[in-house]
Amino acid sequence: MNRLQAVFQPQKKVLNMYFTAGYPALADTLPIARALVAAGADILEIGMPFSDPLADGPVIQGSSTAALANGMNLRVLFEQLRDLRQHLPTTPVLLMGYLNPVMQFGFEEFCRAAAEVGVDGLILPDLPLAEYQEFYADVFARHRLRPVFLVTPQTSEARIRQLDELSESFLYLVSGPGTTGGTAPTDTSSQTAYFERIAAMNLRNPRLIGFGIGTGSALARAWQHADGAIVGSALIQALATAKDAPAAAADFVRELRHSAEIPAV
Amino acid sequence: MITTLKQPTLRGYYGEFGGAFVPEMLFNNVEELRTNYLEIINSDSFKTEFDALLRDYVGRPTPLFEARRLSAKYGARIFLKREDLCHTGAHKINNTVGQIILAQRLGKTRIIAETGAGQHGVATATVCALVGLPCVVYMGAVDIARQAPNVARMRLLGAEVRPVHSGSKTLKDATNEAIRDWIANPVDTHYIIGSVVGPHPYPDLVARLQSVISEEIRTQLLAVTGSELPDCVVACVGGGSNAAGAFYHFLDEPTVRLVAVEAAGLGVHSGHSAATSVLGTPGVIHGSRTLLMQDRDGQITEPYSLSAGLDYPGIGPLHAYLGAVGRSEFVAATDAQALRAVGECARLEGIIPALETAHALAVLGDLNFKKTDVVVVNLSGRGDKDLDTYLKNMEGLEE
Ligand SMILES: Cc1ncc(COP(=O)(O)O)c(C=O)c1O
Repeated sequence: MNRLQAVFQPQKKVLNMYFTAGYPALADTLPIARALVAAGADILEIGMPFSDPLADGPVIQGSSTAALANGMNLRVLFEQLRDLRQHLPTTPVLLMGYLNPVMQFGFEEFCRAAAEVGVDGLILPDLPLAEYQEFYADVFARHRLRPVFLVTPQTSEARIRQLDELSESFLYLVSGPGTTGGTAPTDTSSQTAYFERIAAMNLRNPRLIGFGIGTGSALARAWQHADGAIVGSALIQALATAKDAPAAAADFVRELRHSAEIPAV
Repeated sequence: MITTLKQPTLRGYYGEFGGAFVPEMLFNNVEELRTNYLEIINSDSFKTEFDALLRDYVGRPTPLFEARRLSAKYGARIFLKREDLCHTGAHKINNTVGQIILAQRLGKTRIIAETGAGQHGVATATVCALVGLPCVVYMGAVDIARQAPNVARMRLLGAEVRPVHSGSKTLKDATNEAIRDWIANPVDTHYIIGSVVGPHPYPDLVARLQSVISEEIRTQLLAVTGSELPDCVVACVGGGSNAAGAFYHFLDEPTVRLVAVEAAGLGVHSGHSAATSVLGTPGVIHGSRTLLMQDRDGQITEPYSLSAGLDYPGIGPLHAYLGAVGRSEFVAATDAQALRAVGECARLEGIIPALETAHALAVLGDLNFKKTDVVVVNLSGRGDKDLDTYLKNMEGLEE
């Protein structure tokens, strides 16, 4: 059983934490990863910073700009992750980023380097499905990397089934229209209907809800409607002013879990 | 099969360039457009409405003017295709008129756009006023400062201009922000892209809507010279929409030389340039695989040009392809050369061109014309919006 399959247990609700590599300081990547896991993160999603992150809101745009200014790039990242599996033998780790830096690194080279340090899967939002199937699925497979596909409220049922068929990780349910870092809608009824619609499809893969999950109550709602949740921008915000970033990351996860686990009043 | 350079593949490729590299959040928007655009814009009712608006509202056909004093100076028969005489002052409105009709037929009720020089923003605000749709225009903070008259025009036309403070605060960043708006408003909103850039089908859609320029040139040249074909067509390239429109009906005519003029800024290799064909390498920007300016890590770098409309780190995939297969040639003009060309065109022909357009005029001396050559320069826009820049550079306008 691979790490991604192992993390999803019946009844267990998982927490996937996103953070930007090389932020707030260049050398923070691995220390933050370890702190997040120690504090209760089940999956890690490491953001590879890009100058023009189209699917991201201001918070992750800001962390990406700062990380690039710190000197982060893919070579540095793979170097930083060299001992990843010594420290975190069982936690699934995904790399998330945009296609252009990956293409310039060389797609096959990139997959080889990711697999070598023990990365389990890739989230490349601007890699179109048709291109993935035609040119990249084999490369992913050669290096035992699993793609994670996004689903939105607009994604048709037929397309969701197709994505489910191609996935061996989880489906990333984007919580609503908008880039990362938004907030939960005040009227949640149509969002709930969307989550329930997908839940009722009996998909093969677990479902994780992401985008705009930053509070305990939003996390609790996501856990109620899916197998897990992805939290990013809220963590990045907490790191922005931290003196000790790994400690702040750990505190954030503990508090988030704690407030999500308190029954709603 | 007849080969044609115009038509991308079903998935939007011109050779290795093009495609639709959009996140899932935009998949439906782009797919809706892709599956409908050809049927709509090729329908008789669309054509009737589009042609009527181009005639009665935009003022088409625009004149093809034989510029005798420029001709004498450069030793060729030089014609100016007067897109500067379009309503709102540039070719940009050909595209926005077409796209607003398309948006209405797709049932869209809200319009967004990006703009650099503000010409596309004005042209979008204009057609939104015409049909009564709300309009939001994203514009880099740097461009807002250097193109103030166009900001005022957009506001007067009822559009909301949203300043963009990320990145270089210019066209690239305004485009990012417009795309993010579209992600947040996937159902009711149509994004009117201002050039032959972005994910398929935009490059093809915009090229087709702008192709009226070369369609008219053919008819007009026939009447004056006895041939529909010039020897050479020259146009400036930011994203490449005016050039695509001016080249379109000549693409499959190998005797017609096509010259695309980029902005060299302070000099192609000065580190302050927007000459993408020289400085760019293949990559993905704004949903399209094309040539773009980037560092070795694939981070998109900041272009520079004095002209806001050419200050873009990519070019449309059609142009990347035309250059790669040798169908078009790329040349570049610096800020200083463009400014000199503004002064020259003003004094010799009584026409004050836009700063973008002046880049096309600036290379006329470099193209080794024969006396008998028939040359068409696409005069993409007028210089009113740039008067402030011109007044600050009066010495640069002198010979
Ligand atoms: C007058 C004029 N010409 C040219 C351009 C460049 O755009 P494109 O290359 O799409 O024609 C602009 C853009 O703002 C413009 O205003």
